Amino acid sequence: MSEAAFARERPFGWPQRLICLYGIVWRESLRFLHQRERFISALVRPLVWLFIFAAGFRQTLGVSIMPPYDTYVLYEVYITPGLMAMIQLFNGMQSSLSMVYDREMGSMRMLLVSPAPRWFLLTSKLIAGVAVSILQVYAFLVVAYFWEIEPPTWWGYLTVLPALALSGLMLGALGMLLSSLIKQLENFAGVMNFVIFPMFFASSALYPLWRVQQGSPWLATVCRLNPFTYSVELIRFAFYGQVNWLALGVVAGCTAAFLGAAIIAYDPARGMLMRRGG
Amino acid sequence: MTAVTAAPPKTAVSALSVENVSHAYGERIALDEVSFHVAPSSFTVLLGLNGAGKSTLFSVITHLYASRSGVVRIFGCDVARKSGAALALLGVVFQQRTLDPDLSVAQNLAYHGALHGIGPRETRVRQAAQLARVGLADRAGDKVRYLSGGQMRRVEIARALLHWPRMLLLDEPTAGLDIKARAGLLEVVRGLIADEGIGVLWATHLVDEIRDDDHVVVLHKGRVLADDSSRSIVLAADASSIGEAFTRLTGPGREEADW
Repeated sequence: MSEAAFARERPFGWPQRLICLYGIVWRESLRFLHQRERFISALVRPLVWLFIFAAGFRQTLGVSIMPPYDTYVLYEVYITPGLMAMIQLFNGMQSSLSMVYDREMGSMRMLLVSPAPRWFLLTSKLIAGVAVSILQVYAFLVVAYFWEIEPPTWWGYLTVLPALALSGLMLGALGMLLSSLIKQLENFAGVMNFVIFPMFFASSALYPLWRVQQGSPWLATVCRLNPFTYSVELIRFAFYGQVNWLALGVVAGCTAAFLGAAIIAYDPARGMLMRRGG
Repeated sequence: MTAVTAAPPKTAVSALSVENVSHAYGERIALDEVSFHVAPSSFTVLLGLNGAGKSTLFSVITHLYASRSGVVRIFGCDVARKSGAALALLGVVFQQRTLDPDLSVAQNLAYHGALHGIGPRETRVRQAAQLARVGLADRAGDKVRYLSGGQMRRVEIARALLHWPRMLLLDEPTAGLDIKARAGLLEVVRGLIADEGIGVLWATHLVDEIRDDDHVVVLHKGRVLADDSSRSIVLAADASSIGEAFTRLTGPGREEADW
């Protein structure tokens, strides 16, 4: 047979890499469709916040005029971008949870025996997770629309897309970095508590920063140092067809930093993988 | 393929060569100057108990992580330096089950094909041939969840062959299988050597999977204690079977091969 000879001469260039990327995104989407509970819980979580938390607080918390809003807005409207970012935060952590799980189940190893460069494989995996998170956000927006939460123009649904893509990349890269540092599944639950909740609450997702500043200047500083705040603001402005340049810069910078660190952590020679044996 | 060339070109290059590979996790030494070769078209058994260092060795060969020292080459390609070229020549069946149970056999194979840069159409063509080889041609549309343990292993072998590797690595592939499934699996893999000229490294702790003319590498506590044909190892250890030879080599007080 000459098959083997062909295999040896087959290069792994960009056409092959694109096939590889497509395959990884395709598999992640298929798996997502098969895990209906995951989809439903991803949808129910923000809706609980929207329908119960926000409805309860709308009397106590009014939001005054502040960019990008040019009128007073209801509290539900204010927290919607925060909930969109929350979906991505959970998704980013969950897809890295699945990486921890995958690694234990061996399919992470399956992924890493591909001839594609490792940074490319990890980035593809990340993009697949972001694609799933964007699907979840739009499903949430459909429900929110019927709750009369919508952008000022229909363009908002389009302009928010790049913001979602970038913020999804940042949160996914953070999750990937954490997954490389976590030894076992059990430890992950702890990280969820120590990462997801502080990131969500100490941000501008639930309250505007000037309000936090009035209550606790110290907490406001923490919020300003929290990259998640900038995810929320990037999405908030993009939903209104505007760009928050500071948020864009911070999110882009953090994405590069987290992804770079994750690639180093998964690097065969320098990485953390070998420390735990196998 | 219509173009049938003669036997694969005879070269001195090993399908797999492991040269002076050492690795440690902190203080614990997992591999200590491990060296051996697997010739193309040969069946090599990596024989060792649990904890002998087989899994670490597999992680190094598949480039999950780099060893502290030493070189692993697949048909001359250094795994650490030319990992892409090396991995393209390598097919792997891991000890853990790595199929997605919720996806069909065909979907699992398509994913693997994509990871190796093979498009969906080409994968469909190849998958038919590989599934037929392992006797599962009619199961492509079935969910993996509904296959037996032995059938899943066969699918994993079909998957590992999808990108036409020249070296196949199997880590305890018969673990958890019944006698019949084990025999079937061995038959399939031994057939590959004859039909395709693939080099096979078969890690196991079960001596009854070894034939007299198989090449056997005995790994114990991270060191290679024997590296020869099964027959020669038995003779050298003055034993009556490879099982007895293995016990003598690795038994208490025999940390080193002193023959």
